[in-house]
Amino acid sequence: MSAASDTHHDDHDHAVDHRIVHGHDDHGEGMPHVTFKGYMTGFILSVILTAIPFWLVMGRVLPSAKVTIFIVLAFAVVQMLVHMVYFLHLDTRSEGGWNMLALIFTLVLVVITLSGSLWVMYHMNVNMMPMTAQDMRNMP
Amino acid sequence: MHDQTPLMHTLFGRLTWDAVPLHEPILLWTFVVVALVGGSLLAAITYHGKWGYLWREWFTSVDHKKIGIMYIVLAVVMLLRGFADALMMRLQQAMAFGDSMGYLPPHHYDQIFTAHGVIMIFFVAMPLVVGLMNVVVPLQIGARDVAFPFLNNFSFWMTVAGAVLVMMSLFVGEFARTGWLAYPPLSGPAYSPDVGVDYYIWSLQIAGVGTLLSGVNFIVTIVKMRAPGMTLMKMPVFTWTALCTNVLIVAAFPVLTAVLALLSMDRYVGTNFFSNDFGGNAMMYVNLIWIWGHPEVYILILPVFGVFSEVVSTFCGKRLFGYTSMVYATVVITILSYLVWLHHFFTMGSGASVNSFFGITTMIISIPTGAKMFNWLFTMYRGRIRFEVPMLWTMGFMFTFVIGGMTGVLLAVPPADFVLHNSLFLIAHFHNVIIGGVLFGAFAAINFWFPKAMGFRLEPFWGKVSFWFWLSGFWFAFTPLYILGLMGVTRRLSHFDDPSLQIWFQIAAFGAFLVLLGILAFLMQLFVSFRNRDQLRDTTGDPWNGRTLEWSTSSPAPAYNFAFTPVVHDQDAWADMKQRGYTRPTQGYLPIHMPKNTPAGIVLAGFAMTCGFALIWQIWWLAIAAFVSMVASAIIHTFNRDRDFYIQPDEVAQVEAERTRLLAQAQG
Repeated sequence: MSAASDTHHDDHDHAVDHRIVHGHDDHGEGMPHVTFKGYMTGFILSVILTAIPFWLVMGRVLPSAKVTIFIVLAFAVVQMLVHMVYFLHLDTRSEGGWNMLALIFTLVLVVITLSGSLWVMYHMNVNMMPMTAQDMRNMP
Repeated sequence: MHDQTPLMHTLFGRLTWDAVPLHEPILLWTFVVVALVGGSLLAAITYHGKWGYLWREWFTSVDHKKIGIMYIVLAVVMLLRGFADALMMRLQQAMAFGDSMGYLPPHHYDQIFTAHGVIMIFFVAMPLVVGLMNVVVPLQIGARDVAFPFLNNFSFWMTVAGAVLVMMSLFVGEFARTGWLAYPPLSGPAYSPDVGVDYYIWSLQIAGVGTLLSGVNFIVTIVKMRAPGMTLMKMPVFTWTALCTNVLIVAAFPVLTAVLALLSMDRYVGTNFFSNDFGGNAMMYVNLIWIWGHPEVYILILPVFGVFSEVVSTFCGKRLFGYTSMVYATVVITILSYLVWLHHFFTMGSGASVNSFFGITTMIISIPTGAKMFNWLFTMYRGRIRFEVPMLWTMGFMFTFVIGGMTGVLLAVPPADFVLHNSLFLIAHFHNVIIGGVLFGAFAAINFWFPKAMGFRLEPFWGKVSFWFWLSGFWFAFTPLYILGLMGVTRRLSHFDDPSLQIWFQIAAFGAFLVLLGILAFLMQLFVSFRNRDQLRDTTGDPWNGRTLEWSTSSPAPAYNFAFTPVVHDQDAWADMKQRGYTRPTQGYLPIHMPKNTPAGIVLAGFAMTCGFALIWQIWWLAIAAFVSMVASAIIHTFNRDRDFYIQPDEVAQVEAERTRLLAQAQG
């Protein structure tokens, strides 16, 4: 019930805002198509995508922690996609392509930030002065 | 020290009478002066019965033009505070040689340079830029307001709340002694156990919410609300730069929020993100804060590049040279600004490969900036230049900023940076680009758009006086710093041993005094213009023979901005309309749907500020109460359905008839 009535409210608010902000009405694009089924699909997928990594970690299913970490990360990425598609209703055409553009821009920045930080911090670590006599003896 | 009873501790946390600096004569006298000036201001408002007017027409207003003006007032007030800090530092450094220790003890001096940096960046430059975007962008794109008018009011008050917290630290407790980016471990609990860094964290976090939300607001405004016909490549350059700046805000500010949140966890709950123990790494703080910090400087400079573009094309009476290249340069700078952050810490030791990558990206970013400079020059070439005050600021900028840019490229060379890092050369460089760029741009913009915002022009004589004092003062203040920096003098020193350096600091102090005259002349300009406002009245709405849509409506613009939404056919829409002999429609008005004023923004920000204050002093009950009240009032506000009203056609007709009369008068 709530999904349907919320949708209705949103539509109403959107229309009000629309009139406030636009002196003209040149828009055909309304709210994205929202269905109860879509939200349920997203919800169930999210639960599955959370449960599997949880089980992997808690049950110590895989022998290697490193492999587990990468699998969990992969599930996290898939989960993000599920959220974007089913909850945020993003696709390549929504808002005249602006959402897609914003997404690509965000991805570029996230990649720059993460890989750049890892690269920088890795070099900092390698160039770090030996902290103990033990380290000093093992210097290459 | 007083021994606190447990009850007092619960009630007031760390706050005791010791926090009020009665034993520091400088602060005490500052407080007396502030109390007298502030008190007489409040008394004057009360005497003239203006509180109701201020509350109804300004504080609760959701009109972007009024919010913009309030942002700029905030910036000017904070400029006075930040500049007072600068004067104190210049005076101290000119005095403190050999046996003389100057008049500021080191712990006070350290607070002053930290406060100076924080205030100038977050509470002068940012409000100036956001304020200008508020006043101009909706008018320039032919919109009636921003996309989310209430959010805009809320953003402004959150910025004010942050500024008030910084000001409060002057008289209740102390401010951070860490420098404006509060590097750990110095800013960690071990070395800064007092409230200073907490004031820093919470004022920036609260103001940051405002900045982020206004970034979202402007992106939506510019993307969704442009007048029909205004395609992206017909957008005025200022709007373009505003768009890119707000994209940068939305992308970069969460990083600042996150890194400050990690630092506050280190300080409040004993985590070790940035300590030297338990796997913490202070270098990660430096890395993260500059991932925000470098885009931040482009957040400040891009909109003023837009300002200069508008000013140059208006006062040269021609279309901007290379509009397309200007847009692409702006976009390229937007993206490149994310690829250079490491040049702020070449000396931290990432090694040759990393340093050369970031050195080269930094040099590359000067190419689009150089392209912009040539575009402005070529616009002036064979233009019919009118040397009005905004144009003077623009030319002062071009001269100053190019030199600042060149010293920047010099610093981008890693080996040179190893010599100049943290020296006064760096200080001179970034003041050269921030004063020469952002501040000169803001003054150009204030002189340019003042008639649009207030309805009368600024008086040019005092504007020119202000300009020349600022320009000469800037060079007197910072040329010595370049020289001292090359000689190896480092920043943030409150005392020097070598007497041969003193003369340079005295010259720098003289420069600061000239800048003081520049600021006073600006205040004088405001005062004289206000007194002579009837002679300076702009009755046409287009005092400079402008080129973009904001000049097509009256000055000041009516609440609804445009009686009819303009239709755009070309870049420089208003110049195009004038050329085609556009006639203003004077009938057939429709009701105009408008958002209603609301006190919700000021109330929410008040709770946020109280919560921040309580967190700083660890008054937990108050923090929880303020936070709960804030969330509750936000929820209550969502149930307020009484948010809009219509301006009726007869009222629109009345306002427009008055404009018709004024226009006829101006022509006749």
